[in-house]
Parts: sequence; C-alpha cells; structure tokens
Amino acid sequence: MALVVHTPESGEVASRSLAHPVIEISGLRKSYGSTLAVKDVSFEVQDGEIFGILGPNGAGKTTTVECISGLRKPDGGTISVLGLDPQRDRTALRERVGVQLQEGTLRPQLTVAETVNLFASFYPRPADTEELIEMLGLGPKRNTYYRRLSGGQKQRLSIALALVGNPQIAILDELTTGLDPQARRETWRLIETVRDRGITIILVTHFMDEAERLCNRVAVIDSGRVIALDTPVGLAEREGGGNHMRFRPSKPFDDRVLTGLAGVNRVEHEGPRVVVSGTGELFNAVVRALNAVGVEALEVQLESATLEDAFLRLIQPSPESHQEVTTP
Amino acid sequence: MSAPAATLPRRPSRRALNELIITEAKCTWRAPVGLALGVLVPVIILVILGSVGAMKKTIPGSNPPVTYMTTYVPVLIGLVLVMIALISLPIVLVNQREHAFLRRLSTTPVAPRWLLAAQVVVNVVLAVVAMILIVAGATVFYHVPAPAQLGGFVLSALLAIAALFAIGLLIAAVAANGVVAAVLGTVVLYPLIFFAGLYVPRQSMSPTMLDISNYTPLGAGVHAMLSSMQGSFPPAQPLLVMAAWAAVFGLAAVKLFRWE
Repeated sequence: MALVVHTPESGEVASRSLAHPVIEISGLRKSYGSTLAVKDVSFEVQDGEIFGILGPNGAGKTTTVECISGLRKPDGGTISVLGLDPQRDRTALRERVGVQLQEGTLRPQLTVAETVNLFASFYPRPADTEELIEMLGLGPKRNTYYRRLSGGQKQRLSIALALVGNPQIAILDELTTGLDPQARRETWRLIETVRDRGITIILVTHFMDEAERLCNRVAVIDSGRVIALDTPVGLAEREGGGNHMRFRPSKPFDDRVLTGLAGVNRVEHEGPRVVVSGTGELFNAVVRALNAVGVEALEVQLESATLEDAFLRLIQPSPESHQEVTTP
Repeated sequence: MSAPAATLPRRPSRRALNELIITEAKCTWRAPVGLALGVLVPVIILVILGSVGAMKKTIPGSNPPVTYMTTYVPVLIGLVLVMIALISLPIVLVNQREHAFLRRLSTTPVAPRWLLAAQVVVNVVLAVVAMILIVAGATVFYHVPAPAQLGGFVLSALLAIAALFAIGLLIAAVAANGVVAAVLGTVVLYPLIFFAGLYVPRQSMSPTMLDISNYTPLGAGVHAMLSSMQGSFPPAQPLLVMAAWAAVFGLAAVKLFRWE
C-alpha cells in the first residue's frame, strides 16, 4: 500500500480523485428494541485518511462503528469494508480491521508484553510486538501489570492491541476521553504516526480540537443521521457562522463604509469597538475601506469560525440528546 | 455477481489456543482463588481428617467394610469440584464479560468462546491436579487403599467433572455479575456437598436421604468413585445420573450464555 502523507488543512484527500474508498456505508439503519439508534447513515472513507465521526452522546456514532467492525448486525443498509461484508466475512474482516473499544478493561493479572503477545497470536501476520510496544512508548512498562498502568498507558496499550494485527483500518472510539491534556497530545502524535504508516483511521470523538487537529474529513452525526460531511476547515467555514474582525476605530465612521463590502454580513458595535462578521478575507477588505475614509483600525482581533462553532450550529438541541450531553 | 457463501468463522490457530491457555494459567496462578479454594482447602481438610484417629475405624455395618477415611476421599474430591467448578470458574468467566473482555476479543479473529474454552481447560487441569494430590496423599499417608478399579475411578471422576462444570457454566451463563455468580455458586454448593456426604457419610444416611443423594451429581459421583476404589466397576446408575446432569446443564449453559 502506498504511503500517503496528508495535511489535514488542505483537505487534499477529500478532493483527490485518485482516492478509492476502503469503507462504503449506505443507508445504514440499526435499532435496539424500539429505539432507533441509527436512522440513515451513509458515507465513504478513503484509503489512508483519518476520518472523524463527530456527534453528541447518543447520536449513533458508536453504533455506526460497531456495525463497521461487525460487532453489531445492521437492520438495514449496506456496509462494505475492504470489499468485505462485516457480518458474512467475519474472520477475514477481523484480521484486517483493528478496533479500540470505548469501554472495557484487559486482564489485570497480565503484563503489557503478555497482553500484546496474546493478541498478536490471534492474527496471521501480526506486527513485531516489541517494536509496537516501543512505538507506543510502553517500553519501560513492558513488564508492568495492566492494573498498575495509568489511564494514558492503558489507552496506549489499547491502541497497541488495535494495531497488533497489522490492520489496514483502525477504528478508534473515544480515544482520549479521560486523559489529561499532556496525554491527549501524546496520543494525537501517535495517531499521526499510525496514519503515516498508511493505516486508514476512523476516529470517533466528541472533542472538536481533536477532530480539527487530526481528521482529514469529518462526518457529523446527530440523532442517527449524517448531517454534515466535509473537511474540518470546510465545515467551519460553511457552517461556523463566518469570521469576525473586532477593532477600535481611530475615529467614528459611517457603518455603510463596511456594510457595502463583499463578504461582510453584519457590522455591530460593542462599546468603543466595532465587530464585523462575514466570510472570506475580511481583514484586508475592511482595512482598505477604512483607509479610504481616513480611519485606522486599532487593537485588531481576528476570530475565524472553528469546527466547534460549526458543530454547535449544526446540532439541533433536542431534549433527549441535550440531557445526555450534560451527563458526564 | 452472486454473493459468495458466508465464510465460517475459522478455528483459531494452534498458536492462538496455546497462548490463550498459557495466559489463563498465568492469570489463575496470579489471582489464585481457584488454587486456594479448590486445591489448598481440600488438601488441608484431608490432613486434618487424617490426623483424627477415629477416622481410621471401619464404619459399622458397611459392606464391604470401609474406613471413614476411605469414604472421605471421594467426598473431598467432590469438595474440590464444587470449589473450582461452582465458585472459581463462574466468577472468572463472569468477570470477563463484566469487564467487556469478551467483547474486546470479539473484535479479533478469535471468537470469545475460545477464551471460555481455555478457562475451562485450565480449571479442569487444576481439578485433576487437586484430585491426584488427594488420592495420592490419602494412599501414601493415611492408609487408604489405592483405587482398585482405576479405569472405573477415572471414568467416574471425569463424569463428575463434566457434571459439576456444566452446572458452573450455567451459573456463569445466567449470572449478571461476579457477585450474583458467587451467591448462586454458594447456594448450589451446600446441598450438593451435603448430599455428597461431607457432613454425614452416605453410609450413615437414612434411606430417603440416600435416595436423594443418588440423584445429585456429587452423590452419584461419590458412589461411583467409592465403588471403584473398592475394586468393582461402578454401577451404571450413578454414571448415567452424572452424564444426565452434564448434558442438561451443559446444553442449557450453551443456549443461555450471555456474551455481553
């Protein structure tokens, strides 16, 4: 497999016509009893990308990836993973897709090395376990029992187990939940290393900074449907409510100087400051227009819309999902 | 294009099975509940009983004549089995489910039932080791005659293992968590070990109690093991009773097992 290096910002993978999908999901539906967890989910994941699945708790993210990994049987729709049917080709799929689960502990009486070696024995072409342990920074903890590992170390071991079978696809669910900021950043670097080895990654998360930093593309799932799918930058621009430029004018001016500009949606006053909202390259257009009427923009602050802005605008707060979001 | 036939889940490689069994053995050694309850406790009771002089006496009216000590050897084997099959095994199995380790396994090419198989193997080995210790200890140190009908004895012991493990697996299958498993195991343990003759030897039971005992898995087990120790091949009835317990509870366990 070719090693592909991407920069998440460029959104290169999304637009590459050469890319071919390794996962194709169409019309996925899954209910538990009378609860419809996934109503209609369709997307494709391209070879070599980090594909994020974002959404509030209970949106259907985990159910979706559990259907991809074959842990759950969909009620409707089709899933193809590396050309395999997760239900029909169970063993072949499991040999090629590594999974890190949101919950679950390993055997407390086993050491790091014993655990990795046990899982390595399950696969026909496992990774070099010593190298994997080193790569995940668990070398010094090789002979430590699982129960004595810190949260971050347990998480890294869990990632190691998702990679030990030399998978083509790794599914990582709620990877950094419960980790401190330092451990989160280390985990992110690790994910980039894994991506650079050519492994396609599906990352389920509810952290916007994580998705922004790591993902080539993200699908936002809410109430069992995909409500948006784009690069993080694209989503932020399109759905985030635009950019804001905040400044103190050197002297008063007529708002119409700015409201007439292309890309400017709104001009507001906050005490002595003016806030211009809009899209595109606001800064240069505003400064040029102000200069033309002899006004200087002082104490300029620029805010561009983030993925989080986009996310919050996209998610319709429904009573039930809101309740779940506030539950820790 | 016609859909290819469903690929059956492949049997795990020998390497995977070996690794699972070795790993389970390590876990059993490092959290030695089964070892303490299933091996140490019965061996200590053997030593205590062996040091009581009255145990060497022949039970009055027993035919063929048999000492109290001899009758207690199969009872202690029954104790080994209830401790390992009803207490240690279900708790270990239920914990794997409770901690989602079975679920973790089901994302790998190795199906979680192979982990259960490895745990059963390790616990059966543990039970066999404990049985050998008890029979050998009783023979060497406490003048209990070695099983004269060895084949019959081994068959009886294996059927007793099968029956008790089937009950333990059913407990593991239905118990929601480790605490429920422990409670269920303990509740089942007392009547079984009582009718095996831990408190009142079967030779001293009233006819009604003996009738009941004959239909319990350990009552039948003790009956079959004792008769092979005394030189005759065990009668069909206790062997069939044990086989029936093993079949019914084993099938129920397989049917009812909750993987998550």
